[in-house]
Amino acid sequence: MSDAESPNEFEPIEVFPEDETADLRPGADDCYKCSTCDTNCPVAEVDDDFPGPKFQGPEQWRLKRKEDTSVDDSISKCSNCMRCDSACPSDVGLSQMHNTARAEYVEEELSKTSLTYWRNRILANYRTSAFLASKVPRIANAAMNFGPARWAMDRVFGITSEREFPAFATETFREWWEREGGADGSRERARAARERRGEDVDAEKKVAYFHGCYANYNTPEVGKAMVRVFEHFGYELVVPEQRCSGTPMFANGMLDDAERHAEVNVSSMGDLIEQGYDAIASCTSCSMALRQEYPELFDIEGIDELAENTWEALEYLRVQEDLSGELSAATVEDENLAELAYHAPCHARNQGLDGQALELFADLAGVDAADVGDSCSGISGTYGWKSEKYDTSMKIGEEMFDHMEEVEGEVGMTECPTCAMQMEHGTGYEIRHPLEIVESALVS
Amino acid sequence: MAIEDDVLVVGGGVAGMTAALAAADTGASVRLVTKSQSTLRHASGLVDVLGYADEELIADPFDAIADLPADHPYAKVGVEAVRNGLERFDTITGDLYRGGHTETNALLPTHGGAVKPTARYPASAAAGLASDERDVLLVGFETLSDFDAPLAADHLRAADVPFDVRGATVSFPGTPRADAKITRYAHALDEDDDDERERLAGRVERVHEGEARVGFPAVLGESHHAAIRAALADALDADVFEVPMGPPSLPGMRLEAAYERALRDAGVSVVRRPVDGYETDGDGRLTAAFVERNGQHIPHHADAFVLATGGLVGEGIDSDRGGVHEPVFDCHVPHPADRYEWFVDEPFGDQPYPRFGVVVDDDLRPRDAAGSIEFENLRAAGSVVGGADFAAECSGTGVSLATGDAAGTAAGNDTQ
Repeated sequence: MSDAESPNEFEPIEVFPEDETADLRPGADDCYKCSTCDTNCPVAEVDDDFPGPKFQGPEQWRLKRKEDTSVDDSISKCSNCMRCDSACPSDVGLSQMHNTARAEYVEEELSKTSLTYWRNRILANYRTSAFLASKVPRIANAAMNFGPARWAMDRVFGITSEREFPAFATETFREWWEREGGADGSRERARAARERRGEDVDAEKKVAYFHGCYANYNTPEVGKAMVRVFEHFGYELVVPEQRCSGTPMFANGMLDDAERHAEVNVSSMGDLIEQGYDAIASCTSCSMALRQEYPELFDIEGIDELAENTWEALEYLRVQEDLSGELSAATVEDENLAELAYHAPCHARNQGLDGQALELFADLAGVDAADVGDSCSGISGTYGWKSEKYDTSMKIGEEMFDHMEEVEGEVGMTECPTCAMQMEHGTGYEIRHPLEIVESALVS
Repeated sequence: MAIEDDVLVVGGGVAGMTAALAAADTGASVRLVTKSQSTLRHASGLVDVLGYADEELIADPFDAIADLPADHPYAKVGVEAVRNGLERFDTITGDLYRGGHTETNALLPTHGGAVKPTARYPASAAAGLASDERDVLLVGFETLSDFDAPLAADHLRAADVPFDVRGATVSFPGTPRADAKITRYAHALDEDDDDERERLAGRVERVHEGEARVGFPAVLGESHHAAIRAALADALDADVFEVPMGPPSLPGMRLEAAYERALRDAGVSVVRRPVDGYETDGDGRLTAAFVERNGQHIPHHADAFVLATGGLVGEGIDSDRGGVHEPVFDCHVPHPADRYEWFVDEPFGDQPYPRFGVVVDDDLRPRDAAGSIEFENLRAAGSVVGGADFAAECSGTGVSLATGDAAGTAAGNDTQ
């Protein structure tokens, strides 16, 4: 009897029942080596020595089946832009394979006493540095960009002196949030907004804001825009306890650090999701981490529920509210925002969100937003901060800088804080978050 | 309501993009959702309409379409739809393509040294026509193993082409590493920073024996391909052409760029995520498709829908031990219950499985097992439609153009 005659009797055999790590075999088997990922890799585009995502993922995984083969050090050249994921016609989880290989490389190949290890660890744990700096923001801002110190950091530690450190806000977003009355204040403002909008005042419109590190310590204006825009639509916000989303840690192979932070985030956000809150992030790398990398890399209770209930800020309003309708009836008076050079971050691209901001602002009076093309900005978080990666980073960014220069006006727009850093660094433009544009259009 | 358009096209290959452009032409607002990047990087860049029928080489595909069985997609839409699809293609591609001057198939050499019938071909391949009697030198690069010029020349001679053909291998200027991605060759020639064009011509001159035509693997530039060919032709005093290659393919990427430009100009919004569910009004009409976004399911509403997700290779048709199905809208896909009847033992025999796909009426609306319309406002286009064996017939792009144009136009008109 052929098994086709009894298709329901097929029972797969579990080959490695005791292994709880992610099973990467299907990904490796699904790769048919078409090399499309390699032609999409921004690092391989400018660095001929980088073997590309196909090697870093499926090929290396297969090679490592031999026990005496270790992860090649070229894995540290991958910038974790994740473009290979959406390039693959065969659904190979390339970025997951890269994250896993990078972690193994750091664990087994990188000396824990080397400067590179500690440089990467400190860069990956940006939140810790930012937390300390935010206690004394003015001193930190002066010290961090003090010439001789930067020279030494470059020479000894490998953090490029070509870039200016981002300024720390004198008041963090969370400090502002407390001053505005926290969740109670938000509830009152949201109720007033619902009343003004003619909605049910007691409507269940509540979201938990994942601000990430950058909007808290460096660009609180993005967090404030998020709060004001959501309250305008009648949503009450809570700002739960949170750590780093993990993005810079994945990119530096510090998965243990990332998991520790993820546990806090999953626990505090998870409690709120159980109470009916949706999780909203304004940074597209944070939403990417919560949605995709968390369930791919960690086994934490509630992690799938968090992934399924996490949204990018504008996407949420677009689906739940008539955001495009309100925007097409509105006008932005601020002349600074008349011409915007928009760059879609790679991590927004991978969530299918790269066309969203331009689409939303197409009918918004007073704003003309132009796409600066589909290239990668090249900074990839901590990547472009490393002395040995700086030139690669700027070479990748060249195409974006050129397109930005072609746009009239000198203001850029993007959802990603480190793309914003790179856009500013390459062109001198001031960079805004789409939420700030919405705030300017809808919140008087 | 949130994300709403007149027409939603699911699938971003040639069929989906053609459908989106056709729908936009009717005045409809159009959104195209595609699970990942377009698979045009996998396409040789040759555009077939019908190369073979009953294993016989076809000279005039338009003539032969009349003899196809009634369940073939061409028979459903008719020969006029094929002409419309090609006309749209010619408008989108402009100078990039040749072949529109005649209804008969052209014969093009492939990188394996076979000769392939095709209706349209990249301008970059035009000087390589196998019907041209002028002699050919094929040039390969030492570091590019995908194209073995002497072997391809041997094969072409064995195919009895009406000209002398010889293959030679040179090193590419700057000598890329052995496994370098092909875009490195293209971009080195595009940028020409270290006079790569001139240096390449110099290396070819040493092996060139006055052949009137010189063929290269299709890596001669991504954006400046015409100028690169002109520079090489000038230096070698010969016509220069590209031999279409396997994935990732530069002619495919250039075609992708032309389509993306057309979509942008037509105002079509493109979303790159998979669709994994739908919603109906309970009365036989689709109201929304759900776009999966890393765990979240985002409803995308529309009045009319086009399914253009590809066939068995493109995952528009899926199979497991239990059966064959269409995973997005769960349309009926007829197939034998015993999966040992899905194929025949001879690998190149008359295989049943390539023809698996949804069954459509003359208006391209998928029908269920009982023959009723699956959804009033859903049409299908491209290789998700059953009845064609595009690999054996050399009909893939033609079916996508014809059904894409017809489905998109009908969907758009329904909403206007």
